[in-house]
Amino acid sequence: MKLISEKGVKRLLMITAFSAISALLLIALFIINEGLPFIFKYGLKEFLFSSDWQPHLGKFGIYPMIVASLWVTLGAMLVGAPLGVAGALFLSEYVPKSVMNIIKPTIELLAAIPSVVYGFIGVMVLAPIIRDNFGGPGLSLLAGSIILGIMILPTVISISIDSILAVPRSYREGSLALGATTWQTIHMVTIKASKSGIIASIILGMGRAIGETMAVIMVAGNSVNIPHSPLDSVRTLTANIALEMSYATGLHRQALFATGVILFIVIIILNSIASVAIRKRMVKK
Amino acid sequence: MNIKFHIQDLNFYFNNNKVLKLINFEIPANIILGIIGPSGSGKTTFLRALNRMNDLESGSRIEGQILFDGEDIYSSDYDVVALRKRVGMVFAMPVPLPMSIYDNIVYGPRLSGVNDKKRLDVLVEKSLTAAYLWDEVKDRLKTSAMRLSGGQQQRLCLARVLAMEPEVILLDEPCSGLDPISTAKIEDALTELKKEYTIILVTNNTKQAARVSDYTAFFLMGDLIEVGNTGQIFTSPNKTETNDYITGRFG
Ligand SMILES: Nc1ncnc2c1ncn2[C@@H]1O[C@H](COP(=O)(O)OP(=O)(O)O)[C@@H](O)[C@H]1O
Ligand SMILES: [Mg+2]
Repeated sequence: MKLISEKGVKRLLMITAFSAISALLLIALFIINEGLPFIFKYGLKEFLFSSDWQPHLGKFGIYPMIVASLWVTLGAMLVGAPLGVAGALFLSEYVPKSVMNIIKPTIELLAAIPSVVYGFIGVMVLAPIIRDNFGGPGLSLLAGSIILGIMILPTVISISIDSILAVPRSYREGSLALGATTWQTIHMVTIKASKSGIIASIILGMGRAIGETMAVIMVAGNSVNIPHSPLDSVRTLTANIALEMSYATGLHRQALFATGVILFIVIIILNSIASVAIRKRMVKK
Repeated sequence: MNIKFHIQDLNFYFNNNKVLKLINFEIPANIILGIIGPSGSGKTTFLRALNRMNDLESGSRIEGQILFDGEDIYSSDYDVVALRKRVGMVFAMPVPLPMSIYDNIVYGPRLSGVNDKKRLDVLVEKSLTAAYLWDEVKDRLKTSAMRLSGGQQQRLCLARVLAMEPEVILLDEPCSGLDPISTAKIEDALTELKKEYTIILVTNNTKQAARVSDYTAFFLMGDLIEVGNTGQIFTSPNKTETNDYITGRFG
């Protein structure tokens, strides 16, 4: 009896795991199957580096969107990475453990807030502040960067804290006993020993920022153009897919799938770098 | 005789657990004080009270006073960082910092603002020699300290303390995980070092205390049972508990 249920559970888990993996594979195959032929037909260079996105005229250059995605992501990193790493260091090194054990799960909970809520806050609060103080339409590259920077904070903080806490206590004690201050210990020992985990947290945050769609559509303005200032309205790769997919047909539709392929590749590269960094940390311990 | 530490009515608590009970004694300069006693007696806690490493434990609390060169190290305006530069510590588990042998040694001096390469090189050679490690590592100073053997790591930890040129060196069972040869090297180093430093050596090995220390203190369950000349403690202790412990009847 016991043996049967044991086997049954194993089979059930196997089927679940298998279907999850095959679903992922099918999605990847579907996107590649829809997108890749277009890239061959249209020409990779023309697709990536032409600034002409006029689907009704058969022009599919995604260069402005690539530039916008890169700028928005870079901006998000400039906001989110320093704040996140500083927050993680503060929580793990300066705050009593009992307090940290309350704050960390709370911050992780922020990751569960739907992105449309972040977008809403961006539209209602952030965009007017930017418009009134710096000019421009408000819905802009800057607004997108700030909102995304905030959205990646839980990822950066949580993974950074984990890797900082994994630094052996004896390193800290050794450093302090040699007459180092808390801050000297942090920057000469703790950060060095947890560097790969901190980098991984930033890269994972970056992946999240590149892939984020709803919040960016709401706050970045969505004009297809190469931004000349942070106050310009921009449209990212993800926003472009989401905005046009509902009515796109034929070549236009395929071009959107091809955009997905490009995104897919970028995110896979980022995640592999992150997982290599994380694994390096595990091996070191 | 010059007194380094005055310990006056010292009580130490972890939360509500009283770990050191009304300790009173004085530690003279330029001697080796051996601290013996069964595990859980408060030896480590006492040692870590002397350079305020216990401050890092949550729920730790102290009563009474510890005077270092006449100054109360627990007074609110006392500079803890400066204290730890003058009172160096070697832990029971030898843990070098995750950097090269050279960088481990110059870590302390650099914190004190010594950046002159020549001066640092001299310090490295001098402290490694004093810790009986120089010959074994002089050709690979730039390799990671993590690759050294346990005994070498422990001597490296001693050397990095020496490089800070402290006044007092605290050692917490520095030989507990080491082979007899490494142990002998550390003991030789300590005997040599007491000319310049005051050394406080916690050891779980009573024979080691008998071999190297000038004074011996016996702790039991948080009480300082007896402290005196090593010769006297080991030949004619005043307390039966001390006698029982050094003859191996308990502990
Ligand atoms: N960080 C701590 N928190 C709470 N209790 C502790 C802590 N460190 C030591 N103790 C307790 O204090 C007592 C003395 O410990 P310790 O000083 O390590 O003894 P020894 O070094 O003689 O073995 C023990 O009962 C131990 O459980
Ligand atoms: Mg101990």
